Amino acid sequence: MKEIVIQTEKLSKIFGDFHAVDGISFEVYKGEIFGFLGANGAGKTTAMRMLCGLSHPTSGKAMVAGFDVFKQTEKIKKNIGYMSQKFSLYDDLTILENLELFGGIYGMSRKEIREKSQSLIEKLGLENESKKLVGSLPLGWKQKLAFSVSIFHEPKIVFLDEPTGGVDPVTRRQFWDLIYDAAHRGITVFVTTHYMDEAEYCNRISMMVDGRIEALGSPSELKAQFHTDNMDEVFYQLARAAKRSDS
Amino acid sequence: MASLNSTEQQRGISVSVQNLTKTYGKNKEVLAVDSVSFEVKKGELFGLIGPDGAGKTSIFRMLTTLLFPDSGSATVDGFDIVKDYRQIRNTVGYMPGRFSLYQDLTIAENLHFFATLFGTTVEENYHLIKDIYVQIEKFKTRRAGKLSGGMKQKLALCCALIHKPTVLFLDEPTTGVDPVSRKEFWEMLKRLKEQEISIVVSTPYMDEATMCDRIALIQGGKILSLDTPDNIIGAYPDTLFAVRSNNMYDLLRTLPQYENIKAHYAFGEFAHVSFKSGNASDLEKFLKQKGLSGIETKTVVPNIEDAFIKMLQS
Repeated sequence: MKEIVIQTEKLSKIFGDFHAVDGISFEVYKGEIFGFLGANGAGKTTAMRMLCGLSHPTSGKAMVAGFDVFKQTEKIKKNIGYMSQKFSLYDDLTILENLELFGGIYGMSRKEIREKSQSLIEKLGLENESKKLVGSLPLGWKQKLAFSVSIFHEPKIVFLDEPTGGVDPVTRRQFWDLIYDAAHRGITVFVTTHYMDEAEYCNRISMMVDGRIEALGSPSELKAQFHTDNMDEVFYQLARAAKRSDS
Repeated sequence: MASLNSTEQQRGISVSVQNLTKTYGKNKEVLAVDSVSFEVKKGELFGLIGPDGAGKTSIFRMLTTLLFPDSGSATVDGFDIVKDYRQIRNTVGYMPGRFSLYQDLTIAENLHFFATLFGTTVEENYHLIKDIYVQIEKFKTRRAGKLSGGMKQKLALCCALIHKPTVLFLDEPTTGVDPVSRKEFWEMLKRLKEQEISIVVSTPYMDEATMCDRIALIQGGKILSLDTPDNIIGAYPDTLFAVRSNNMYDLLRTLPQYENIKAHYAFGEFAHVSFKSGNASDLEKFLKQKGLSGIETKTVVPNIEDAFIKMLQS
């Protein structure tokens, strides 16, 4: 029996008469890499904000890391990690200071922060950079570090919102190595991306269209379902059918 | 610069860049653009392909006269980017990476504003933007700040085109845009090309490279390779294989243990692999011994991303 870490049932968010998220139901399992895909404007960000406890749903049910998205948002925030391309680390703090800050925010003890900082810096090979400002690091390093910080407090789930946008192809793959490692350790990874090759790296994928989840399965299941051999085509078939156009 | 203007014109060159260099910081410690040279022909769709921080935006800002180079030179439409900045500003269209229109003006007002700024009217050059504008026209009384990403992008393109530029500079127009909208955007560019506007476009998405006539692969302020996409792929030196197994994680962990391997990296549902010596059937045997199942190997034609990875790793 797989352990469920995210469960939603008819989860909806309505702004005025606009059904941004329109009754989505799905489950995500422990240690899974779950790709959350969809066109711009399909409702991914709104759904993700509800799951992170940042936006109050209009109706439906959802449990994240064992907590209710209606009533226990503070507990959810403590048990998840989050990283996006737009917000990651503070450029004007050093690597160590960033770790201290985020560790502190998540309630880790000073001793724990110190020990974990050291092992993380060794693992990433950043011994010579640990006292340098994050702003001075190359973008690829920053993104890898930001991911490591987002799971620094060993959350049950980490939410990644387009984490590899604009990153070079080699660094992008190194980033996915880190994701695989985290999932292997039992951290559930919930990730959005516009790179269809990255969709292939996920265990399962959901495709959102006009606020609803129109397809859900492993990459090979989805390709079989849409009679194609690549994820690009799955995406085109679904997104082209969208009524709610972003443009 | 009248003489230069005419020679460049005669050669059919739209943009000519010679050893262009740009540094930042008090002590010039950040080398953003490192002696870059390239030419864009008239009517060409030229792509600068590279990740964030490669120097793409600095190049754009120098060619649109918003930044001075430290050294090197460049001409746009025959005009020098330092001496003739006024002429360049009148003749080029520029769509920056960040949305830069007036958020509190409507679609129609923004368009009218930019047309007026360049001493023309929306009507005069409407044929250039018609295909794109009709897609946003029904929202023309909506303020730009209230538009979706896709609509902003289309409006920005209209505003960059309304004065009938000779060269169009598009800095990462498709970043953060989903694959369907990206494809549509490139189709729009192909149609613009038919209007004989030279287009210089940057993108971090390797798969978009094939939409360009010629591309420069760029990383760390340097051009790694410059040619047509076909020639860059054709110059790929190794035979490339795609390998699959039932467990991607185990496959990626096991591949480096095979001693005859030259390069290996994930590529969608496959791993791409090249060999120092040895061959695919030996690798299959090796992977089976290591306990992997569902192994499949085949040769594949490399694409631009493979070429880029090869250049970064060599």
